Amino acid sequence: MEITVKNLKISESAAVKKVLGSGAVRRRLLDMGITPGAVITMIKTAPLGDPIEIKVRNYQLSIRKAEADLIIVEKGGGD
Amino acid sequence: MPLKFALAGNPNSGKTTLFNELTGSTAHVGNWPGVTIDRREGRYKGAGEEIDIVDLPGIYSLSPYTPEELIARNFIIEEKPDLIINIVDVTNLERNLYLTTQLLETDCPIIVALNMSDQLEKRKSYIDRAGLEMALGVPVVGISALRSRGTDELMKRAISTARKKRSGHTVLWHTQLDDAITKAYTHLLETGASHPLFKAVKIIEGDIHVAADDEMKRLRDDLKKEFDDLEATVADLRYKYITKHFSRCLKTTQNQNELSFSEKADKILTHKFLGIPIFLLFMYLIFHLTFGENLFSIEGVPSPGKLMQGGAEYLIDQLANIVSGLLESAGASDWTYGLLVDGIIGGVGAVLSFVPQIMLVFFFLSVLEDSGYIARAAFIMDRLLRRFGLSGRSFMPLLMGFGCSVPSILATRTLESDRDRRLTMILIPYMSCGAKMPIYALFAAALFKQHSDFMVFGMYVLGITTAVTSGIILKKFVFKDSVIPFIMELPDYHRPRLRNLLLHIWEKLKGYIIKAGTIILISTVVIWFLANFDITLKMVEQNSADSILGKIGNAIKFIFVPLGFVGKTDGWKSVVAILTGIIAKEAVVSTLGVLYTSAAQADIAGDTFIATIAATFTPVSALSFMAFNLLSIPCVAALSALTSEMKSTKWTLFSIAFWVTMAWIVSFLIYTIGSLLI
Repeated sequence: MEITVKNLKISESAAVKKVLGSGAVRRRLLDMGITPGAVITMIKTAPLGDPIEIKVRNYQLSIRKAEADLIIVEKGGGD
Repeated sequence: MPLKFALAGNPNSGKTTLFNELTGSTAHVGNWPGVTIDRREGRYKGAGEEIDIVDLPGIYSLSPYTPEELIARNFIIEEKPDLIINIVDVTNLERNLYLTTQLLETDCPIIVALNMSDQLEKRKSYIDRAGLEMALGVPVVGISALRSRGTDELMKRAISTARKKRSGHTVLWHTQLDDAITKAYTHLLETGASHPLFKAVKIIEGDIHVAADDEMKRLRDDLKKEFDDLEATVADLRYKYITKHFSRCLKTTQNQNELSFSEKADKILTHKFLGIPIFLLFMYLIFHLTFGENLFSIEGVPSPGKLMQGGAEYLIDQLANIVSGLLESAGASDWTYGLLVDGIIGGVGAVLSFVPQIMLVFFFLSVLEDSGYIARAAFIMDRLLRRFGLSGRSFMPLLMGFGCSVPSILATRTLESDRDRRLTMILIPYMSCGAKMPIYALFAAALFKQHSDFMVFGMYVLGITTAVTSGIILKKFVFKDSVIPFIMELPDYHRPRLRNLLLHIWEKLKGYIIKAGTIILISTVVIWFLANFDITLKMVEQNSADSILGKIGNAIKFIFVPLGFVGKTDGWKSVVAILTGIIAKEAVVSTLGVLYTSAAQADIAGDTFIATIAATFTPVSALSFMAFNLLSIPCVAALSALTSEMKSTKWTLFSIAFWVTMAWIVSFLIYTIGSLLI
């Protein structure tokens, strides 16, 4: 099933399929290790509902929901 | 010429600690050309050599998008360091090596410093250093920046590595991009470009900062037909290579599902319900310890900040006493006395008395930053501040603004982008600072006896409301072009290191003190001169109608007529009070005191003075006057902090114009609407 990181529930994991967007935002996501095959785990939502905290390549990363919506993932996938 | 080494690595990789370790107190901080990013340089002495160390900004990649990344690239390509020390945090091996794979593409000699932080032992992990050295093809040395281990060996091997020529290598060889890179590389090699392999890969990525001739452009166009997304392909290939060849050098016996200390701490510190109260408690404690009158409300016990500030003021008073004693016994003229004691010692002294509070704010700020909490604070507050065009990191500088704008403006250094930094600096003075309180107190006593608490509270709300409105306006019209993505690492928590804290505080203070000695000294003397002399350069009574300042007050009075507080014949007095308020906001009340009481030694708290103020101002004109003082130019000390942080005359002038305009509009609205209602 194709969803984005934004749709992941707390402590749910999924593998990256594709990163949308353009320019600086997209490149930063790729540089931070969000490349196809990488496994992303949803950790939590900030107290005010945005941004979110995810775990990728064994470190914690915070992104806004707008950016999370650019990362298409597939549950049960991965390298 | 001494050798020149560049220090490169991810943010939070221990780079600053290693830099301080290598250079000690020799470090000096400037700015990279055109941006307000710290350029730290220092000298390493050891192994019989003297080496200049340049600390490049912390970066994740050499992409062409952020100023930090461009600085690092330009430095490597244009200033040709003899070696790059690439610090790699082993707890975050994959992402750290991603930058390494890009650095390896340059022709610069490289040594990798593996930072074996204590976290590694806690994570029950082990790293195969020799294996990594084989796989990377450059020397790898294990260090512990925090415990200063391994730096001697690092520098010894670094020096011998720097003497050997090296040509670039890429992990993209033998991939589907091999042909294209070979073509670009051979072409650049023939044209004699420096760092041909690095540039070849950048051209293939479609990097606009690397010049491509027609042949290269054709090559790229052909490639685009084959691959729909080259930037993603390259990033993907790098990470795939890292997982395949390097990641096996890190062996861990820890259960992947076991939570690290940071993850456990975050269960509480960024908790859904507890996160915000804990954050506010931290902020309150910092604010209270720095600016609080009575420590934890205990009568007669000042907070450390107030105590230290009192001490500094005492020393300055003593100096003033000694100097005036000396001048009197030497029979100095009135103007020498006035210039030295009232002008220079008074003005610069007022500015230097901020030093203890700046130190404290920076102490706490460095603790929050070094420990890793500041990223959590940004995570918690981001949503609230985003609406005004800011990010979560602006919260702390803004909050500190209620104490004093000066350390707050300096604290904007912790913000990531120039844009956020500038916007925050413009908004800080709207957080009504401690020195504006006496103005409210005066008018509360004169005109708002029944509702003084409500009125003072209202002024604070007015400041915040204006900040929010200004944020929205500036976001829409001035800072519209650049939306900063919020993609932020939440680094592991660390215990802050005292040595780092002290170096950090010293770096900040040095800049401020130099400014106090130059800009502030000059402007204090100029304003003192204007307030004490008439146009024929004869000394007159301070701030009187005959002084140049009085004349200026009279001349520009018309600007303030629509604001309601200069209606009567002696309206110039409030204008002069506003002007002297630029030296320090405390001066507003003392100027009014001098001008509205006949006696030379005005009793500012006296009943006659308060009665005169009550008779001169109406409640509405008083509100308008207070609003103008709250929202217009803060003070010389804040202005000089702003000038040194903006690094741009254009932005400094813009800030001043913006403040004055907003102050005028708000005061005008208060007076006009207020007059209609009453």
